[in-house]
Amino acid sequence: MLDDTKPASAGQTVTDIALMELQNITLRFGGVVAINDISFDIRQGEVRAIIGPNGAGKSSMLNIISGFYTPSEGQILYKGAPRPAMRPYEVARTGVARTFQNIALFEGMTVLDNVMTGRLTHMNAGIFSQALWLGKARNEEIANREIVEKVIDFLEIQNIRKTPVGRLSYGLKKRVELARALAAEPSILLLDEPMAGMNVEEKEDMSRFILDVNDEFGTTIALIEHDMGVVMDLSDRVVVMDYGKKIGDGTPDEVRNNQDVIDAYLGVAH
Amino acid sequence: MAYMSEGAEGLRSIPALLRRNAEQHGAAPAYREKEYGIWQSWSWAETEEQIEALALGLLDLGVASGDFVAVIGRNRPCLYWSMVAVQMLGAVPVPLYQDASAEEMEYVLIHCGARFVIVADQEQVDKVIDVQAALPQLEEMIYLDPRGLRKYDHAHLRAYRDVQEAGRQRRGDLGAELARRRARLGYDHTCVMLYTSGTTGKPKGVVLSNRNIIETAKASSEFDRLKVGEEVLAYLPMAWVGDFIFSIGQAYWAGFCVNCPESPETMMTDLREIAPSYYFAPPRVFETQLTSIMIRMEDASALKQRLFHHFMAVARRVGPRILDGKPVSFLDRLHYGLGELLVYGPLKNTLGLSRVRVGYTAGEAIGPEIFDFYRALGINLKQLYGQTEASVFITQQPDGEVRSDTVGVPSPGVEIRIAESGEVFYRSPGVFVEYYKNAQSTRDTKDSEGWVATGDAGFIEEASGHLRIIDRAKDVGAMADGALFAPKYVENKLKFYPNILEAVVFGAGREKCCAFINIDLTAVGNWAERNNIAYASYQELAGHKRVLEMIQGHVEEVNASVAQDDMLSGCQVHRFLILHKELDADDGELTRTRKVRRKIIGEKFQDLIAALYGEEGSVYTETEVTYEDGRKGRITATLEIKDAKVVPVTAARMAAE
Repeated sequence: MLDDTKPASAGQTVTDIALMELQNITLRFGGVVAINDISFDIRQGEVRAIIGPNGAGKSSMLNIISGFYTPSEGQILYKGAPRPAMRPYEVARTGVARTFQNIALFEGMTVLDNVMTGRLTHMNAGIFSQALWLGKARNEEIANREIVEKVIDFLEIQNIRKTPVGRLSYGLKKRVELARALAAEPSILLLDEPMAGMNVEEKEDMSRFILDVNDEFGTTIALIEHDMGVVMDLSDRVVVMDYGKKIGDGTPDEVRNNQDVIDAYLGVAH
Repeated sequence: MAYMSEGAEGLRSIPALLRRNAEQHGAAPAYREKEYGIWQSWSWAETEEQIEALALGLLDLGVASGDFVAVIGRNRPCLYWSMVAVQMLGAVPVPLYQDASAEEMEYVLIHCGARFVIVADQEQVDKVIDVQAALPQLEEMIYLDPRGLRKYDHAHLRAYRDVQEAGRQRRGDLGAELARRRARLGYDHTCVMLYTSGTTGKPKGVVLSNRNIIETAKASSEFDRLKVGEEVLAYLPMAWVGDFIFSIGQAYWAGFCVNCPESPETMMTDLREIAPSYYFAPPRVFETQLTSIMIRMEDASALKQRLFHHFMAVARRVGPRILDGKPVSFLDRLHYGLGELLVYGPLKNTLGLSRVRVGYTAGEAIGPEIFDFYRALGINLKQLYGQTEASVFITQQPDGEVRSDTVGVPSPGVEIRIAESGEVFYRSPGVFVEYYKNAQSTRDTKDSEGWVATGDAGFIEEASGHLRIIDRAKDVGAMADGALFAPKYVENKLKFYPNILEAVVFGAGREKCCAFINIDLTAVGNWAERNNIAYASYQELAGHKRVLEMIQGHVEEVNASVAQDDMLSGCQVHRFLILHKELDADDGELTRTRKVRRKIIGEKFQDLIAALYGEEGSVYTETEVTYEDGRKGRITATLEIKDAKVVPVTAARMAAE
């Protein structure tokens, strides 16, 4: 299934303009160097994968992009301008949305309400007009609901719209997380292991949704994933990390044949 | 009402009915579809504009009179409009089953020689592209949902909206041609071609004329007094004749509103929101609903359970009588009224059946308990008997004469004849024109005087004049000792147990009858949970000892009941097994309308049948299965074979001798 869709999508929405450039990023926790002088870019409209063995620093990298960590050294260029140190919610307002490796949804709330929280960064009505349900708050809610409904339709979760998230299967929760991230209408979408713990069918569904998101909305996607088949099929370019260092960067084919990458994955006598 | 009084004569095509509706009830809703969480609606006037725009767009693409245009997808207003737009051009719509495999589609698309295909989404586009090489006559494909299709080669692929837009642009120069084609439509023009799923052999294209559809729609709408304000939910396959009659024929004749669900998964929620007044469902849907009610009642609090059981007992006694207009004592009425307030009303509301004025079920026999349950609640559920070749209606039950074991009296305008062999024949204005490109089959089915063989064996009950169907005529056979063998009769009795989803009985030309059983995973699964029985799969549950014992109990009860019928007492099941897989249309074991394909099952599971007629207590088997995405796999199992007690049938044997 994935093989059919890939050739058709190559090289059309993907541009050469870098949406985000990470320059010489280093991240230290005390004496531990989690990320060591890594540079790469994410181009407008591409699916960019970050792969590597356990403990390579992939999630830390994603956390830097989303603003959860501030790099110890190096800088981030976003939409052509250097990004100052920001708090995660400030980063979110600049158009960065993410999903989490361990699902972080509001279990007691319905799918609809959860996805609505994705619109939070787009709500401007004051607390007063929201509490009294005045015109502004009301119109805003309607406009936001419309966008949320389009996302629900897109991800085919209409039948669980009013179901509390706690009652859903793991695979569906992952999809709801994606929905919430999409509802923010991000310019860059970060996916932290979107297929972890899924069965083959769920993985195929999720892969299709990721490709469709990229295709329909032109959303730039950066994802971490362990399933090599998925990574190679989905992504336009791949960054490979090992022990906090970048050991490979290129198209899936280039990376597949890179000796350093093969060594990192298969192990080699040091 | 000027047009109405002219009767069917003034209105000789679906587009003509559309015109009338747009003029007379322009503002009344014609279609609703739930999308983005809201019911979007279109009035008759808006509907006409939409259909005309599409027809002009199709004209622009070069759709000619007499062309065949395939329509593939789930029930959506745009696809219904596509069919009418195609008719407007004098071309013939051919709706296909959306869950058909690419090969099945290939056969039909080649057979009808479709030049244009209108599909719902990427899934259907992919299937057609898969078989495109074999379809040289195919020119253009039009799709509704653009999702995932952006990067496909658009040389012969167009978006529905774009076609409509192009149509609107060219209204000026093409409008006259459209009006001319529309005016030419007559009673003898083909209205639609529907492929029958066929329990045997390749599907056949049933050609139905405007006369067939409109006369049938008129007669049946009058029979049940259908009118403008009715609401129906369109959720059954568009390729099925029933949906065509209900959602197009009757809807256009009576001018009522067709509601399309948001997605197949939300059907039950949408049903509740719409609360249709005219409702059709195959017995299976009613069975599933009842099973789920019963399962959920078992989880309810003690008070609720007692209320439910008390008032259901009242309803069973009183409800059907009230519905049939028979005398009921004042006290009983009061009791029933209280039940309506406390139990029936809320229950019907949950089921989405609170406003059903006319409900039909057909296609298979419905279990008497299931049927009575819904009637007891005050839902006017009736049975009808029909076929694609008859434009549905052959017989139906009038209000007040409803029973679970008959299929009713001949529909208005239908004549019925029972042949010597017991086979039912009919003749009516709805009788199909021909099987497309299959003169031989047409002759075999329809004689020169217009009588059509149903292929079903039955008889007319003398007292009531109602038709009773026994079985498929070709399935009715004789056992080795000459006793009558009617497998469906026994299978239906088995299937009335909620635990049994499907049964296949063998015995033609044999000494004894044996059966394959499919358990119902919902019902048996719930029972297993209640009894602390752990299972990982259908196969494991189906092979569980206690499940076997339970099914054995059911089989023996059925044997006792079969033994009471003098004609059919030889059909008791001596040995049975529970199949290790669910019978599935993807494996060719069922038709797309979920009817058992006896012959294919017989060939596929030869080893199992041999074992049933052998001595062994178990059998090892391997079966090929097809997954939803078309891949194939094998499953293996060792099945236990059980002997069931039978009731001695000396009386019947003696009669046979």
